[in-house]
Amino acid sequence: MVTNEFKMSVDSRSVNESFARATVAAFAASLDPTLEEINDIKTAVSEAVTNCIVHGYKNCVGKIYITVKIRDKNTLIIKIRDKGCGISDIKKAREPLFTTLGGDRAGLGFSVMESFTDKMTVRSKVGAGTTVTLYKTVNGREK
Amino acid sequence: MSVKFTFEDDTLICRLQGEIDHHTALPIRLETDDRIESCRPAKTVMDFSGVTFMDSSGIGLVMGRYRLLSEMGGELEITGLSSNAYKVMRLAGIDRIASVKKGGIKNGDK
Ligand SMILES: Nc1ncnc2c1ncn2[C@@H]1O[C@H](COP(=O)(O)OP(=O)(O)OP(=O)(O)O)[C@@H](O)[C@H]1O
Ligand SMILES: [Mg+2]
Repeated sequence: MVTNEFKMSVDSRSVNESFARATVAAFAASLDPTLEEINDIKTAVSEAVTNCIVHGYKNCVGKIYITVKIRDKNTLIIKIRDKGCGISDIKKAREPLFTTLGGDRAGLGFSVMESFTDKMTVRSKVGAGTTVTLYKTVNGREK
Repeated sequence: MSVKFTFEDDTLICRLQGEIDHHTALPIRLETDDRIESCRPAKTVMDFSGVTFMDSSGIGLVMGRYRLLSEMGGELEITGLSSNAYKVMRLAGIDRIASVKKGGIKNGDK
């Protein structure tokens, strides 16, 4: 059962990366997460939002749609979506060290999202966009 | 976000401060490479103790500087990683390319 929900959209400008992760973290604060859990959430959200900016909307500025739901009192379901270029081979994109950009990109964004959450799903269609869903159960200071 | 530099005894110390993400990594990278190229240090220390947030852009920052330094024959040391930053760095196996000073790690290695 979903008990609380939050939606926003923001322009795909890099200056909004810190705003997006801080906003999701602030919404999650009602679950009384530990400092480590807050950091995990912020880090995973930062990766997904950055990917929308640097990959999805590589050559333009578009909207990033973020929805956060709280399910069963303590599970966060965070959806981060762009209407950008999409991913042709999702399996390959999720492999550690795979990157299509090079330079200072390490190709570890998806690996970070996976290891900092409980589960991650990726849906994408070339030319239509990408949706990353992150699941994170917040145990807090063991209530 | 800012970087403060000190250069002494052929060692360049870069003290990073604030949040490291894709937005802030670019100016840090440009400033740091500039310093490395003008000082050509034998050893470079990247001190993360002032870093309050870091995502995979921090990995790119370290790996990129490592590449530049190894071309010049310089070594790289990482200090002051918080437990969150260490968790991110470990995914990249950063301990294999740079010496990570455990003593500098705050809050222990979890
Ligand atoms: N929203 C997106 N739209 C289009 N392509 C994407 C998107 N997210 C990821 N990708 C593709 O998946 C690849 C892997 O993403 P990942 O975040 O793991 O690495 P990266 O962004 O290249 O590097 P890093 O995150 O370490 O800086 C990207 O290089 C890109 O090709
Ligand atoms: Mg990425």
